[in-house]
Amino acid sequence: MWSLLQIELFKISKRPRTYLSFAAITAIVLIFQLAFKADGKSYMDLMLQNVQDNFELNKENAINGYFMCYIILNTLLVQIPILVALIAGDAISGEANMGTLRLMLTKPISRSQIILSKFIASFIYTILLLVWMAVMALFLSILIFGMDDMLIFRVKGEESQILQILKDDVIWRYFAAFGYAAIALTVIAALALLLSVFAENSIGPIITTVCIVIIFTIVSNLNVPVIDKNVKPWLFTSYLVGWKGFFYIGTNTEGQPIPGSIENWPAIRNSLFILIAHIFLLLGITIAVFRKKDILS
Amino acid sequence: MLRTFFLSCLLLFSKSMLAQDIKGLITKVRQKIEKVNDYEASGKMKTNVAFLKVPLADVNVYFKKPNKLKLKSTKGVSFIPKGAVSFNINNLLSEDFSIIDAGTDKIGNTLVRVAKLLPNDDNSDVVLSTIYIDPVNNLLLKSKTTTKESGTYELLLSYGKYSEYGLPDKVVFSFNTKDYKLPKGITFDFETSSDNKAKTIKSNKGVAELLFSQYKINQGVAESIFK
Repeated sequence: MWSLLQIELFKISKRPRTYLSFAAITAIVLIFQLAFKADGKSYMDLMLQNVQDNFELNKENAINGYFMCYIILNTLLVQIPILVALIAGDAISGEANMGTLRLMLTKPISRSQIILSKFIASFIYTILLLVWMAVMALFLSILIFGMDDMLIFRVKGEESQILQILKDDVIWRYFAAFGYAAIALTVIAALALLLSVFAENSIGPIITTVCIVIIFTIVSNLNVPVIDKNVKPWLFTSYLVGWKGFFYIGTNTEGQPIPGSIENWPAIRNSLFILIAHIFLLLGITIAVFRKKDILS
Repeated sequence: MLRTFFLSCLLLFSKSMLAQDIKGLITKVRQKIEKVNDYEASGKMKTNVAFLKVPLADVNVYFKKPNKLKLKSTKGVSFIPKGAVSFNINNLLSEDFSIIDAGTDKIGNTLVRVAKLLPNDDNSDVVLSTIYIDPVNNLLLKSKTTTKESGTYELLLSYGKYSEYGLPDKVVFSFNTKDYKLPKGITFDFETSSDNKAKTIKSNKGVAELLFSQYKINQGVAESIFK
């Protein structure tokens, strides 16, 4: 199994598209940082709106590394699943396309092992992608913009809120958020891997995965009560943004944030369970389908 | 007839005495605070606004005669209420205004004299100020100021060891806030079932509570701080 995983990782490392993902993240993050360095105040003005009529805010301090990373992660929400699908969607279909799948199955390895090794390799790639994102979006932003208290702009139910997290209380939230994101993106990897089993070239599963993510994300954000109640809970994309829950700090009766607290941990925990269940379900279906599949290519 | 004339005279006389009294009282309050040429105070600010969930802020307040006042946070990101400068009593009493005696009232257990101040300058942003003065200690305990641009401000002041200078230990500053509404969808929020149920009574009133721990009085404050 270990050798199989090593081979899969070697294959991923030899594909140019692997590095394309890292380059894309680097480019997007750098563009964001450059834009905010040049004119971050305009964004702040947009978010603060008429708050500025009543309050003065030291915006230079508010646009800091922690705030930047949150903004970048928020925006990359749609792009990162595409990058994950690029690799996971190619795992089986790429082999089928090149004609190496049949050759591979002549070896004394079980089909389940092949799927598992490809899944773990995709998972490792996802983790590396997130680590790179943490380096670029968090640590580089801290280097450029410094560290200070973090502001979160949020719509909760019918009301808009501005939350402030003290700077000593932020970094653990990022570690937790990146951990959550790893699980969320693994669902995408599992989905792309499943679709990859049905195809004989990698374009199909990659595009299908991306389409599913985009359609589900749009439906998740429609804000129509009927959909919110009946459809949204069944879409895994509703839970992809659960990492933000770590930044929704709990408050006391006077509305002051409580350091070290999370407003709604049960909601995050439930979302995690749902995502993990999706991973097992998709992986299980992939193994079941692949074991019974006639390999003709 | 003679009786009515005397009664009217007595009424007019007592009214003018009362008016003199309130003017005298305001002069005494003014004299007290005029002992302070400048000060620097450190303290904590608690902000209570429906849409702002912010922690206690460490703040410094700087004042310099005649009416320069700056409220600054010492660290971190902080939302400083813009009208907070109105807690400067010098500012409140420095304008040229007409005084109307509004009788007496009670703040807690303290009997206070109430005066309404009407600015004589038509261009003044202040429309009307109502001040409540403790006549025993010559201290301003409360004020309500209605402005043309920024609504109504209210101040509640408590005094401690710096009362001889008319400097409060605690200021509760109430002000009007505007609605804060972000367009749904731009923040891509993580919604939980409790979020949809969350409906709180919206208040357009904000309160900032300032607690001063230490004053440095008449030790000089650099001009650059107010820029």
